[in-house]
Amino acid sequence: MTEQTTEAVAEELHDVRLTVNGASYDVRVPARRLLSDALRHDIGLTGTHVGCEHGVCGACTILLDGAPTRSCLLLTVSADGREVTTVEGLTERDGSLGPVQQAFKDCHGLQCGFCTPGFLTTITAGLRDNPDPSEAEARDMIGGNLCRCTGYANIVAAVLRAAELGAEAEPA
Amino acid sequence: MTVTEIGSPRRRKEDQRLITGRTRYTDNIVLPGMLHLAMVRSPFAHATITAIDTHDATSSPGVVAVLTGRDVADEQGSLPCAWPITPDQKAPPHPAIAVDHVAFAGEVVACVIARSAAEARDAIELIDIDYDELPVVLDLEEALTDATLAHPDLGTNKSATWVFDSAEAGTGDDVAQVLAASELVLERTYLQQRLIPAFMEPRSTVVDPTGEQITMWSATQVPHLLRLMLALTLSIPEGKVRVVAPDVGGGFGGKLQVTPEEVITMLAARRTGKPCKYTETRSESLMAAHHGRGQVQRLKLGATREGIVTGLSVDLLADMGAYLGLVTPGVPILGAFMYNSIYKFAAYRFSCTNLFTNKAWTDAYRGAGRPEATFAIERLMDDLAHELDMDPVELRRKNWIKHEEFPFSTIACLEYDSGNYEAATDRALELFGYDDLCAERDRRRAAGDRVQLGIGVSTFTEMCGLAPSRVLGALSYAAGGWEHAQVRVLPTGAVEVVTGVSGHGQGHETAWSQIVADRLGVPFDSIEVLHGDTQTSQKGLDTYGSRSLVVGGMAVVAAADKVIEKARTVAAHLLEASTDDIEFAEGRFSVRGTDQGLALGEIAFATFSAHNLPDGFEPSLDSDATFDPENFSFPHGTHLAAMEVDTETGEVTLRKYVCVDDIGNVINPMIVDGQVHGGLVQGIAQALFEEAVHDESGTLVSGSFVDYLVPSAADLPSFTTDRTVTPSTTNALGVKGVGEAGTIASTPAIVNGVLDAIRHLGVQDIAMPCSPHRVWKALQDGASKGLGAEEPVPDRVAPEQDAGPMNSSGNLPTGDFQ
Repeated sequence: MTEQTTEAVAEELHDVRLTVNGASYDVRVPARRLLSDALRHDIGLTGTHVGCEHGVCGACTILLDGAPTRSCLLLTVSADGREVTTVEGLTERDGSLGPVQQAFKDCHGLQCGFCTPGFLTTITAGLRDNPDPSEAEARDMIGGNLCRCTGYANIVAAVLRAAELGAEAEPA
Repeated sequence: MTVTEIGSPRRRKEDQRLITGRTRYTDNIVLPGMLHLAMVRSPFAHATITAIDTHDATSSPGVVAVLTGRDVADEQGSLPCAWPITPDQKAPPHPAIAVDHVAFAGEVVACVIARSAAEARDAIELIDIDYDELPVVLDLEEALTDATLAHPDLGTNKSATWVFDSAEAGTGDDVAQVLAASELVLERTYLQQRLIPAFMEPRSTVVDPTGEQITMWSATQVPHLLRLMLALTLSIPEGKVRVVAPDVGGGFGGKLQVTPEEVITMLAARRTGKPCKYTETRSESLMAAHHGRGQVQRLKLGATREGIVTGLSVDLLADMGAYLGLVTPGVPILGAFMYNSIYKFAAYRFSCTNLFTNKAWTDAYRGAGRPEATFAIERLMDDLAHELDMDPVELRRKNWIKHEEFPFSTIACLEYDSGNYEAATDRALELFGYDDLCAERDRRRAAGDRVQLGIGVSTFTEMCGLAPSRVLGALSYAAGGWEHAQVRVLPTGAVEVVTGVSGHGQGHETAWSQIVADRLGVPFDSIEVLHGDTQTSQKGLDTYGSRSLVVGGMAVVAAADKVIEKARTVAAHLLEASTDDIEFAEGRFSVRGTDQGLALGEIAFATFSAHNLPDGFEPSLDSDATFDPENFSFPHGTHLAAMEVDTETGEVTLRKYVCVDDIGNVINPMIVDGQVHGGLVQGIAQALFEEAVHDESGTLVSGSFVDYLVPSAADLPSFTTDRTVTPSTTNALGVKGVGEAGTIASTPAIVNGVLDAIRHLGVQDIAMPCSPHRVWKALQDGASKGLGAEEPVPDRVAPEQDAGPMNSSGNLPTGDFQ
């Protein structure tokens, strides 16, 4: 082992303003900083998990201006001025669970919980587009996210349950 | 005891934190002054290291230190293997950082410690390593010849050979004689491809060397074993090491390990005196975390023309990979007791040769030995049914142990305590609509439809609840199989349950609360379950082998019962009655025949204040218990799959899946269903999707989630799951364990279904995974050979490697299922 003596050369940093879950954050990051890392390590919102860092598993999915987005494939600098919603932002203002969160609990839609934040954000956006999905549509809605524990059966059930809860909350 | 919680689908206590982002996974942990590690990994599967130049990395921005194997050679020890299956088992030393020899691609050869993870990763690019490449051995049949050695210093690729013979054991006849006398002998070779556990949370370790104890947080299934093994491997006093498994994102056996990365992070923290963190990338995880399965199964099954199985001979080659992990050599041996499955044989012989190759080490993966055994026997039973033109369910009925024959001593030396294969099978057939689906299959076959239907049958049992300590001792495993629990009653009457098992998605916090709520008559929400920290849970053997409930849950029951007896003494004293007259029900101690009584909480406070206790009574209700099971438990079930195969494209579709499992009494049916669903998908994935593919130089080709095909929801149907209940008679809860059942049973059901659809087209075997390309190729080969083709020998190396245009165009060999 050799001790390092020379002074580190700093990487060029960029000022980025993000609105995350309704709150404004100013971060100073290198150009290469992934949004997933900025959320977890610069902002301290560790609810977003990184499962594969190559955009396949979907665990790191956040909502960028409402659209589900892989935060491991997005540079923080390119999210400047955008609105980000993470799993921490899916809870209601009074601290109670949002409909998708409640549905996951009701339907046992999670086991180890690592992939769950990505499913919750994906489904939140999915139900906004399609508030009353069929079972096949529910399955399709989550087809881009990987879960190793549940076999997806209860996640599909949770999508349908969340749609019910959403309908109850907003009567037609 | 009043049962109100046990059996109810309680929503999980764990969920609140997991669905709101208040998680505590290891990579979330940030400590003051924390340094970050990145690993340099060998790009070669086999090489000697001739030189390492770390100069540029050392002076790279933010780098604090670089560690090579030579730097830590004197302190890193050799990673542990706890299961020497034979006294003469051979194993190479396994340094955490390779010193001068690498034996698989992905092995750590250096580690950079830097102020940030990005700086550490930048610096690994600056380390210059000279390798002399050595020839690789990848294939098991080649490894057996010793022509090329995975570890030249070892002189052989053979680690050990382990044999069970029913004639020698006195449990049955001589298999050679029985087979020679059998009217029919099926000879088959099946391949168990390599799989990757692919837990969703990449492995991560944080080590804090500040303070008197060194604390390691790690994404592990086995904090207690890890603590013990770190102490032994690194010669650190065990009392100086604390291991915490915080929230852990899945394991499936893949985190049942003591890893190089954990040891390296420990070494780095001790060297620098600073907290250190290492979190692997997904590609590192797929490449270097241990793999599973990897066997060649050479089988001979004897039978009469009436379909009575006479004997079975199993000759295995098992791929250890480059090193022996914690329980690597024992994984195929766990299968040795399960090839006879639910059947009665006159003769049985099992022989397994464990072989080294230049691939990542293998070790436990969900089911560990038992899925391989179940696959082999269930494939054989379907092949035999076909050979005899017999219904595969009827064939099984002729051979299985009948419910009135329990307890049953098997030819593999186990005593099955209970079971009812008839009931589970009848229920499954009914739910499946077996007769109708068989009729539809026959119609479509007769009509020559392009899309053919096949019915796959799989019945199974498994030994789980690992394990009776003396049995493990007899199998030369280094540790026991007991489990520990502590139940504490706090002054407020709230209860803390400390368990030695270490859940990572199984819902122990919920299920243990249900058990204790009923046992002590306290509310579910007044119970807190603590686990996964060696400082809190001082004793334990952790979570694997479907053992947590069967062994750990029983320890909780035993500890709770001790609490009741202590409280009864206090109650008798306070109520001025004899202990014999004190009844306990629904959380209340009463004097028999009176309305006088005290709640457990009142007794807890009286014990806390200790003002008025019986003479000599230790002022505490808290109780410990260590439970060592007397036997395994034996879940069983019947799984049926309807598979559609497009004979022009080879596309396989799972149309319907029904399983009826018998796991004894159920604590929480919602959690059980979840375990079954997840288990099914992992087993189905082995049949249809997943394979760790290596190229001819030993590089893992399926090294990302683009290439290693963990199925998504879009690949799967919903399942029909049901249960029959035949309680285990070997534990007071009557439970059996469910974590591995789905994975064990589903793989053969799927493959049997695929084959049933196209067997009449000349296809007798398809190597897993049954991808469209392989199915299509098997159909082409079957057509060219004509019906009644010779006994099948599947392609030994991944058949798609020779596929011509697909590969020469640069696409990856496994890419045909996307």
